[in-house]
Amino acid sequence: MLKLDHVSKYYNVGTVNEMCLFQDFCLEIGEGEFLSVVGSNGSGKTSMLNIICGSIQVDSGKIWLDHQDITHMKEYKRQRRIGRVFQNPAMGTCPELTILENLSIADNKGKPYNLLPGIQKKRVSYYQEQLSQLNLGLEDKLHVKVGSLSGGQRQVLALLMSTMTPIEFLILDEHTAALDPKTAEINMELTNKLVREKKLTTIMVTHNLRYAVEYGDRLLMMHEGQAVLDKKGKEKEQTRVEDVLDIFNAISVESGN
Amino acid sequence: MTLLLSVLEQGMIYAIMALGIYITYKILDFPDLTVDGSFPLGAAITAVMISQDKNPLLTLPVSFLCGALVGACTGLIHVKLKVRDLLSGIIMMTALYTVNLRIAGRANLPIYNKTTIFDNDLVRAALPEALMKFRTVLIILLITLAAKYILDWYLRTKSGYILRAVGDNEVIVTAMAVDKGRVKIIGLSIANGLVALSGCVFAQQQRYFDVSFGTGTMVIGLASVIIGTSIFKRITVLRVTSSVIIGSILYKGCVALAIKLGFQSSDLKLITAALFLLILVIGNEHKRRGKADA
Repeated sequence: MLKLDHVSKYYNVGTVNEMCLFQDFCLEIGEGEFLSVVGSNGSGKTSMLNIICGSIQVDSGKIWLDHQDITHMKEYKRQRRIGRVFQNPAMGTCPELTILENLSIADNKGKPYNLLPGIQKKRVSYYQEQLSQLNLGLEDKLHVKVGSLSGGQRQVLALLMSTMTPIEFLILDEHTAALDPKTAEINMELTNKLVREKKLTTIMVTHNLRYAVEYGDRLLMMHEGQAVLDKKGKEKEQTRVEDVLDIFNAISVESGN
Repeated sequence: MTLLLSVLEQGMIYAIMALGIYITYKILDFPDLTVDGSFPLGAAITAVMISQDKNPLLTLPVSFLCGALVGACTGLIHVKLKVRDLLSGIIMMTALYTVNLRIAGRANLPIYNKTTIFDNDLVRAALPEALMKFRTVLIILLITLAAKYILDWYLRTKSGYILRAVGDNEVIVTAMAVDKGRVKIIGLSIANGLVALSGCVFAQQQRYFDVSFGTGTMVIGLASVIIGTSIFKRITVLRVTSSVIIGSILYKGCVALAIKLGFQSSDLKLITAALFLLILVIGNEHKRRGKADA
C-alpha cells in the first residue's frame, strides 16, 4: 500500500517564478493495485513519481509505504522496496556492461555489494530462462554489451532487472514512449504479465490512452497537480478510450493548452 | 640496453599509477587531479620510512593506505560537500603539496645507500648473480603484475561491478538501493592508493624524494590510459588493465626517444604535454572515423 498524505510542493518560493506543483495532494494505492496515470505535459505525473522515489523532497505532507513513513528516507534506501523503469531505455541499464553483468547486479539488489564474485555461476541458467521467455534471442547474447542492443531490447531488460528481486512497488515512467508501436506492444504485454504474476503494486504513467484504458485496475487523470479523474472497478472496465480523450481535450481547452 | 631497462622500469612504475587513473578517468568518469599530490605523497612517506631504516616492504602497504585515505578525502569533499569533481581534486592536490613537504621535512630527501625493496639482503640472497643487473626491473614487474591481477580480481567482484556501474549509469546504482556517493569514495580511494603505491616504488627506484615528483602525474597517467585503451581496443584477449600497462611503457618509450633525439631533460614537461595533445587528437580522429564507418 502506498499513500501520499496531503503532499505539497512549491518551486522558487518567494520569487515571481513561484510555482505550485502540488497542493494538499492525496492519493492511496491499494496493495496489488495496478494504477494507470494519464495527463498532459506538466500535469505533475513524473513529479509525483519523483516524490515517491525520493528524488524530489516534499515541502509538507507525508508519504507512507506499507504503513511506514518514508517521507524523509533517502532516495537510495527507498529503492530497496521500489523498482522503476524510465522512459529513456538508456537509463535502466548499464551500456558498458554485458547483459550477464547487468542481470547479476540487479539480482544482488538489497544484498551487500561485497568482495564475493560478481557473477553467481549457478544463477546463469535462471537468467537464460528468464531471457528466453522474452523471445528476443537475448539468452544467447549474455556476453554482449547492453549498449549495442536496440532500445526495445534494453527496455525489456530494464523491466526484467527492476523486477528481478522481490519489490513491493513498481514504477513505470512512460516506459513504452520511446519504442516503436510493435515493440511497445510486446513490452506492455510483458509488463502486464510480470505485474500479475508477481502481484506487484504498480503505478504506470503513460501518454498512450489505449494502454491506460486496457491495462490496470484503476485509471487516474492528472491536471495541474490534481487528480481530475479517478475510475476503478466496474467503472474503469466500462471506460472507453474516447471517453478519456473527451475529458482530456475538455481540460486542455479549458487551461489553454 | 640501459635505456631499454630504464624505459621498462619507469614505464611499469608509472603503470601502477595509470591503473589508478584508469579507475577514476575511465570507470568513474571523474577527472581526479588528486593524483598530482598522492603520487609524491607515496614517495615522501617512503623516503622518510627508508631513511629511518624501516623495513622497505612495509612502505608498500603504508603508501597504499595513505593514498587511499587522501582519495577518500577527495571523494568526501565531492560527495558530502558537493564540490565539483575537478575542483575537489585541485583542492586536495594543493593541500597535499604542503602535507608532502611536512612529511619529508624538506623539498628533497635522498635515500642513497639505504635498504630498499630493490636492494636488501633478501634480494641478494634470492637472486642469482647473473640476474642482479635486472633485479630492479624484475621486482617492479612483480609489483605491477600483482597490482594488475588484484585490480582485475576486484573488478569482477560484486563491489567491482557496482563501481563500474556508477561510472556507466549513476541512476542504476541508486535504483539498486546503493549510495552512489559511497561507491565513488571507494573508487577514488583505490585509485589514489595505487597512485601512492606507484610513488612509493618510484622514490625507491630513483633513491630520493622530490616535492616536484607529482607535477604532471595526471597527464602521464591519462596519456598511458588513452594510448593503451585506444591502441589495444580491438585485441579482446588483452584485459584493459594489461593495455594500460603496455600503454604506460609505450609512453615512456616515446619520451625516452624524444630525449635521445637531442631534447634536454628540462624540455620533458613540454614534450609530455605535446605528446599528450597528439594522443588526444589521434584518439578523437579515431573516434570520428569509427562513427563515420558505422
